[in-house]
Amino acid sequence: MKRRMMLIAAWLLLGATVSSRMAAAPQQDVIKIGVLHSLSGTMAISETTLKDTILLMIDEQNKKGGLLGKKLQAVVVDPASNWPLFAEKAAQLLEKDKVAVVFGCWTSVSRKSVLPVFEKDNGLLFYPVQYEGEESSKNVIYTGAAPNQQAIPAVDYLMKDVGVKRWVLEGTDYVYPRTTNKILEAYLLSKGVKAEDISINYTPFGHSDWQARVAAIKKFGSAGKKTAVVSTINGDANVPFYKELGNQKISAEDIPVVAFSVGEEELSGVDTKPLVGHLAAWNYFESINTPENKAFIAQWKGFIKNPKRTTNDPMEAHYIGFNLWVKAVQKAGSTDVDKVLAALPGLETPNLTGGMAKMLPNHHITKPVYIGEVKADGQFNVVWKSAGLVPGDAWSDYLPASKDIDADWVTLKCGNYNKVTKKCSGQNYK
Amino acid sequence: MKNTPTGVRWVLMLFALLGVGVDVAHAQSPKDTGFVSMLGELREATYTDKASIAERLIQDGHPNVRAVLTAFLEDRLYFRNDDQKVLLAKSADVDPLNLIDPVSMQDAGSAPVDKLTKIGTNNSLRRMLRTTLARFGLSSPDAGVRLAAVRDMLRSLDESNVALLRERFDTETNSRVKKEITTGLALAALAGSDTRARLEALRTLKNSVSQDVRNRVALLLDKNPDGSFIETDDNVRQAASASLEVIDEWRALYSALETLFFGLSLGSVLVLIAIGLAITFGVMGVINMAHGELMMLGAYTTYVVQMAMPGHIGISILVAIPAAFIVAGATGVLLERTIIRFLYGRPLETLLATFGVSLVLQQSVRSIFSALNRSVVTPDWMSGSLQLNDALAITYNRLYIVLFTLIVFAIILIVLRSTRIGLEIRAVSQNRAMAKAMGIRTEWVDAMTFGLGSAIAGVAGVALSQLTNVGPNLGQSYIIDSFMVVVFGGVGNLWGSLIGGMSMGIVNQLLEPYSGAVLAKIFVLVALILFIQIRPRGLFPQTGRSAEDK
Repeated sequence: MKRRMMLIAAWLLLGATVSSRMAAAPQQDVIKIGVLHSLSGTMAISETTLKDTILLMIDEQNKKGGLLGKKLQAVVVDPASNWPLFAEKAAQLLEKDKVAVVFGCWTSVSRKSVLPVFEKDNGLLFYPVQYEGEESSKNVIYTGAAPNQQAIPAVDYLMKDVGVKRWVLEGTDYVYPRTTNKILEAYLLSKGVKAEDISINYTPFGHSDWQARVAAIKKFGSAGKKTAVVSTINGDANVPFYKELGNQKISAEDIPVVAFSVGEEELSGVDTKPLVGHLAAWNYFESINTPENKAFIAQWKGFIKNPKRTTNDPMEAHYIGFNLWVKAVQKAGSTDVDKVLAALPGLETPNLTGGMAKMLPNHHITKPVYIGEVKADGQFNVVWKSAGLVPGDAWSDYLPASKDIDADWVTLKCGNYNKVTKKCSGQNYK
Repeated sequence: MKNTPTGVRWVLMLFALLGVGVDVAHAQSPKDTGFVSMLGELREATYTDKASIAERLIQDGHPNVRAVLTAFLEDRLYFRNDDQKVLLAKSADVDPLNLIDPVSMQDAGSAPVDKLTKIGTNNSLRRMLRTTLARFGLSSPDAGVRLAAVRDMLRSLDESNVALLRERFDTETNSRVKKEITTGLALAALAGSDTRARLEALRTLKNSVSQDVRNRVALLLDKNPDGSFIETDDNVRQAASASLEVIDEWRALYSALETLFFGLSLGSVLVLIAIGLAITFGVMGVINMAHGELMMLGAYTTYVVQMAMPGHIGISILVAIPAAFIVAGATGVLLERTIIRFLYGRPLETLLATFGVSLVLQQSVRSIFSALNRSVVTPDWMSGSLQLNDALAITYNRLYIVLFTLIVFAIILIVLRSTRIGLEIRAVSQNRAMAKAMGIRTEWVDAMTFGLGSAIAGVAGVALSQLTNVGPNLGQSYIIDSFMVVVFGGVGNLWGSLIGGMSMGIVNQLLEPYSGAVLAKIFVLVALILFIQIRPRGLFPQTGRSAEDK
């Protein structure tokens, strides 16, 4: 038995070395682009789409003749929704495959896991998902929304346009919901909401038994004041949550739920009829009618060869990120990370929903904010949009610990600069 | 749209008004003209403006206003891009849409969706339309519609609504509707100035358990910032506090009942996922790590059955139960014949092999159906809730799953106790050599037992498809729970699994409101570990000779 096991192990090892050798075969006339998205495990649901988005963008760029006269080539790895494996795969991409840039990560914990690798190897990561902020790394470009580009405007909309007085902050138990809720709680208190009118709750990843929580929300919401739920529930747990809301007859007209992690892709796995009217805040909706968006949707459906597939916000973030990187490489005339990083700030590229995404010195971008209501067909009806483009703020102004902190990689060369003590601390890796 | 300056908006509206006015004036009465021009305003209006336009339409009292606003509420109100004419669609689900003229209510031909623009609504607008339209439902011949109408009207009790309710009260025959109207009138009386009427109203409201009524009564006991009561009349205050006490007592009782039901329903899910394992692990002693994936197969079978019979969602679930039984059962028999039978008596290797099988099953599902979750539609008869009274509602899907679990449990019990295969299963598990000597084909019985356990897992998957995501990871999230139930209940004892699962469910739901979901789970786990320390063989340990060699 033991001998047989050894034999199998040996075969596996051999297989692994051969395949990685093949991937690493030197080719002079290509630029390698790393794609670091989970293709298996819990997050595969969301991240597989982003891998395909980058493949589409590379394909389109190659059709236009590549970049700097070279063809682009994707190096796809599978970190399998396993956070430490993200760091391993990132090291492989940077050290062995020597990719020029990496597009990847979804959850904040995976980003935190690869951060030291990118800073040590001086790599370049484009991170496409809305996140909790409180971070600005020299080696990461954040193309998703910071809290002030999603959470704060959504709460403002509910407060001013819907007249919400009582708040349930419902989240999954990990770093993004906890930090976002901390910011939102501080913001609501600063707007004069009483502490007893805020209820904060966390449930584990993949939570499926929502009856008690939904009953509690119903109870909290029937105290005679208009109540809303701000949901940072992430991943699979959303489906049973919304099902339970529907079954317990909590309609969006009474207690609206505004979600930060539920988009077209997530709704495609749900029967949306009971959800009509519930809200989502994003910087992009598939239903927004602009020529750029129409063209992108057509491109996507053609590439993926499935007319039923939807587009969503993180896909747009990758679209913007990829275009920004292409422009920076053209401007710098090189794919060298330091030259690209120097070229990036100030560059602009069109959003899919109109307006330009501008790269800011703090490694975030400007974005329009939209709030949409779920329609019966799983798309969103935009009910509010920001007056203009909102610049991403890395460090929240509503948390006492971070309100004096600034990130600026152009003049200050620092991601964590205290304006009061004039000191640069952390995230200042040189 | 929100950002258009008000001036521009008004000019646009004026244009819209003029345009439509000229267009239709020649054929219609003045009332129709006003109606059409108001409808025309909807095209460019913001949501707040739309609400005031709807208000004016109601006051205008055109005979078709109910049909138009109903269409508006149901997202069936469009304007045609070519001539800007506002039209109703018969149904929003077909393309091209069949249109109706809002004035004549005659057929107005059909048009493809992209030649039309929907006049959208938002939450507050839909709420306003629903309460407004409720007035029309008050005279419906259907008591259910009347009840819903009264409830909707209670959400905004203005003078006109109160007058309508009072009028209806005399002619109403249905007792439930009448009771609801009584509550509404009492709430209205509470806001009046006649002390006697208010005391009377408080006595009436005492019999209600609705949260809205409770809040309204509790308001009477609120204090001003300076500490004095807002309500100045002592008698009213005393009556209010007495009524509030009664209401709160009843509500506490119902809330306890609700928690109990939540516990039972969580418990029955646990029992359902554990019964199959109680057979494979409990009776046969096979540690089957692929048990969760067999449930996943059952859930995917439900999805495939629904795809195969798109017009009959209602009965697809019932068809899926035997289908999942067969699919998962066959997979189980195949597993037993090809892998597990070579590993009897080697628990560690069985564990590793079945864990490998679980990965293979997950990945094959991922390759066939993609990594994305599949959407299994909940049939109408399983969605919504059974409203027992204003304070207690039981969701149908949970109710059916509790019943389903009990039925499955009863069937398994009968199969094991009083059928030939059941007898053989018990004989083989108790003494294999003797059973063999008696002429029982033990190999065949092994395959059937494992197949039965797997088939039950498949059936559990059908139920899970109604509660959670149907995706490749479905099994993983339940496998630990199912082992916990079997170990807690006592390995090899079906009754143990039932009692164990139900009590774990109830304890979890009792704790959750106080500790949160994460801590409640941890508490249950810690309690279980302590329990196993005291009674290593679970709640109902096996006794007798067969227990010795396990």
